[in-house]
Amino acid sequence: MKVQINSERCQGHGRCYDLAPDLFGDDDEGYGMALGDGVVPPELEHDARLAASNCPERAIDVRQET
Amino acid sequence: MTADDRFSQDFRESRGDQPFGTRSEVVTGPVSDWATDFSHIEPGWSADPYPIQDDLRRRCPVARTERFGGGWLPTRYEDVAAIAYDTERFSSRAIIMSNFRPPREMAPVGGSPPISSDPPFHHDARRLLLPAFTKAAVARQEPATRAFCHSLIDAFGERDVVDAAIEYAQHIPIRVIADMLGFPPEDGPRFREFVENTLEGVNQEAEERIERMQQLFDYLLAQIRDHVDHPRDDLTTFLINVELYGSKLEAEHVAGTMALLLIAGIDTTWSAIGASLWHLAKTPWDRERLVAEPALLPAALEEFLRAFAPVTMARLVKEDMNWHGADMKADDWILLSFPAANRDPAQFDRANEVVIDRQVNRHAAFGLGIHRCVGSHLARMELRVALEVWLERIPEFSLEDPAAVTWSAGQIRGPRALPLRIA
Repeated sequence: MKVQINSERCQGHGRCYDLAPDLFGDDDEGYGMALGDGVVPPELEHDARLAASNCPERAIDVRQET
Repeated sequence: MTADDRFSQDFRESRGDQPFGTRSEVVTGPVSDWATDFSHIEPGWSADPYPIQDDLRRRCPVARTERFGGGWLPTRYEDVAAIAYDTERFSSRAIIMSNFRPPREMAPVGGSPPISSDPPFHHDARRLLLPAFTKAAVARQEPATRAFCHSLIDAFGERDVVDAAIEYAQHIPIRVIADMLGFPPEDGPRFREFVENTLEGVNQEAEERIERMQQLFDYLLAQIRDHVDHPRDDLTTFLINVELYGSKLEAEHVAGTMALLLIAGIDTTWSAIGASLWHLAKTPWDRERLVAEPALLPAALEEFLRAFAPVTMARLVKEDMNWHGADMKADDWILLSFPAANRDPAQFDRANEVVIDRQVNRHAAFGLGIHRCVGSHLARMELRVALEVWLERIPEFSLEDPAAVTWSAGQIRGPRALPLRIA
């Protein structure tokens, strides 16, 4: 699984880095960003989905790698 | 003369050549039909707007009023979101629905940037503020906020009944924003007046409203001049010195942004804290569960923000158009009800219930799109700390008299009298 933030949509609500701080951080202006390469370890897949489903701007893309 | 002559003269005196805005007739009195005559100022709305919004969402999802010179009220999440995102057709040059529309020449800056600004100026003005309001930046206010909450509860003494709106919720955002702006903490009571004048006085006569706004700007100008003479590490000094497009901000921009930070940070958070305590006071099973499981608090806070979203914004229609079947005219108001969006059953399961462990909660309490509340991280910190301290110190409390609870009128809704029995 891999997460990515669409920076065109993100408005810095910060729900992702509140709910899944191991997967997301913020920049100097508070916009969210996926940490590292965005690859989600299996034990954090629930957190990734939780963050995506709470983003008010629907800016988080969660992709199941095949 | 001070070193910074932007503020040596009152910037309002040089505005004589500016065009006046337009005024509409003040219409008050009972609402005949919410679908064609809505008014967010009338008592029925402030007491309990949710049944009205639910009814409108079913039978007339974009309601109309001829009051305030004409306006529209969308109640579906989908429509509120579409308008929030559509900055091409809806302007933020006025965000408080009243009987006064500022002149079109005020766009794209508006009177209190960046909330009153439209693209492309909006982005640049907002960017100046963002670093001061990140989660990490506002975390620096947390220890002082927590200590202040404790001091408010200490001041309850041995009384059995206290007013949680007046004696607790109100003071927290006032103190926090005064600290951030570098204003004297003892001026707090004046800030409350400024807030009420701006947000609740929308049906006052124009002269009265202008006079009251003058008092706010007189105060801000005095603070600015004091900061020019005595710079310090706070937002006021930051705004005086910061540059945009290679020059320092115009005096009106500095004062307008300070007005925004002062006004927008106070009744909003006051309302959110009060509404959360009101819910817990009348819902013992939720209160007991939160006391027993403090780890639930973050989810519960989001649910309180969804269910009791304090903030409704406004927009002005830019040009005549037919919008989803509504025949909108240029300068019609849009009352952009995030509270109504947050209760739309098409967007939320059990939309009218408070579910404190709700897992999926894509609420719009802080707005959607480019105008997302710049203070949302600060508001969340204040709300969390206020509830943590209250629940730790006063785990058992209830409404002393449900009929004595009163709610503010206008676009910011929250309890203004909230007597609670705490022993």
